[in-house]
Amino acid sequence: MNLRLALATGSRVTAQLRNDFRTIALLIVVPVVLMTLMKWVFDGQDRVFQRVGVPLLGIFPMTSMFLVTSVTMLRERTSGTLERLLTTPLGKMDLLAGYALAFGLIAAIQAAVVSIVAFGLLGLETEGPAAAVLALAILNAIVGMAMGLLVSAFARSEFQAVQFMPALLLPQMLLCGLLGPRDTMARGLEIVSDFLPMTYAYNALSRVATGEGFSARVAGDTAVLLLTTVLALALGAATLRRRTG
Amino acid sequence: MNEVAISIKGLRVIRGGNVVLKDLSLDIPKGRITGLLGPSGCGKTTLMRAIVGVQIVEAGEIQVLGHLAGSTALRKNISYVTQSPSVYEDLSVFANLQYFQRLYGVPVALVEEAIETVGLSDVRDKLVRNLSGGQRARVSLATALIPNPELLVLDEPTVGLDPVLRGELWATFRKLADDGATLLVSSHVMDEAERCDELILMREGRILSHSTLEQLLKETAAPDVESAFLKLVQRPGVAS
Repeated sequence: MNLRLALATGSRVTAQLRNDFRTIALLIVVPVVLMTLMKWVFDGQDRVFQRVGVPLLGIFPMTSMFLVTSVTMLRERTSGTLERLLTTPLGKMDLLAGYALAFGLIAAIQAAVVSIVAFGLLGLETEGPAAAVLALAILNAIVGMAMGLLVSAFARSEFQAVQFMPALLLPQMLLCGLLGPRDTMARGLEIVSDFLPMTYAYNALSRVATGEGFSARVAGDTAVLLLTTVLALALGAATLRRRTG
Repeated sequence: MNEVAISIKGLRVIRGGNVVLKDLSLDIPKGRITGLLGPSGCGKTTLMRAIVGVQIVEAGEIQVLGHLAGSTALRKNISYVTQSPSVYEDLSVFANLQYFQRLYGVPVALVEEAIETVGLSDVRDKLVRNLSGGQRARVSLATALIPNPELLVLDEPTVGLDPVLRGELWATFRKLADDGATLLVSSHVMDEAERCDELILMREGRILSHSTLEQLLKETAAPDVESAFLKLVQRPGVAS
């Protein structure tokens, strides 16, 4: 991997988003609005808000980065720019690293803003350090980005790419423990949820929030998330074919 | 001048079950402008894609500037302009070119130079999204000029451009060739043939003729390339 080429790509992707003010606004504002809604939805049950609030700080960026990345990469594939790029000195890993840098940065801003609002204004509390929550939120964004890159290979249009969100992420939201403890779900679903990345995102954040600190369990969750990222990026790189039919 | 830039032997390409290029062999000389002419769907783009190394080929060998087509060593030395402009719509002209400048690792001055060459100085800070089709095509072309490559593969670079600008771009191509670059330019406009040093006429995945304009017209006793093409197509045994 060449850092100069990755940085060039990262700054290009960020510049693209910067010129798309509405997308930036949506990326930053929507999680804040949703978090505020959650606060009021559970107005009389603050316990629930406290339980799901911190995990949502990671699940929001994962979801939005999944969407933004899959559509951006799909555009790259369908507009001919990917083919053009692969005839230049840019390597596949440089391209993917560039994407990771750009979306990691945007995710950091997104996660920081929603965290400030949630902890500062909405009364969300965490027993673990807020910095750890933020770091995990960014990691979750990177996981979402890596999965988005991968699924973009299986979409032929932006319609299809967008549909991968309800198809792949929504079931994970239902099963990750956000709605209710996993051990109270049907046994089959509990087993399935063991294989879903978002389960580990939920676990890591909720464990940090309840004051476990960076325990062995949280380290394990983090390792699973990192592994998912590496695996998705490797598979994603394999779908970036220099030669096509 | 007789040095070979691209050497193709027995190239065979199958796309979607159809044989698009049929055991094609070809040598393209260095430092000259070679025109690739033929009707839409004759395999021009596929041939160009094979030369720049992004096409899956069934059989055959392509040597480009002494390397196998698609090898890493070539990526700084060749530029490919796709038929439909491959540029970022949500970036300005300048930002598009700056990205390619960084990828090729060349001085930023080349960006301004390329913008000037393709005549986009007055829109350099506009988003590509807000440009006309012809202007987008020129942005795409400018990205290819930036690395100052030894080989430029240009797929219909002047389609839809106004005649004055077309003339200017061909003057640029000529200058690049005079400086030693090799250009392979496709077109389905037969009158662009006059501007090329050598002409390759293609039809249905085969090469009908490869010669200079003068030779072609003499050989076919035709007044222009269009009629020469028709004569070649009607010639018995052309399919062999």
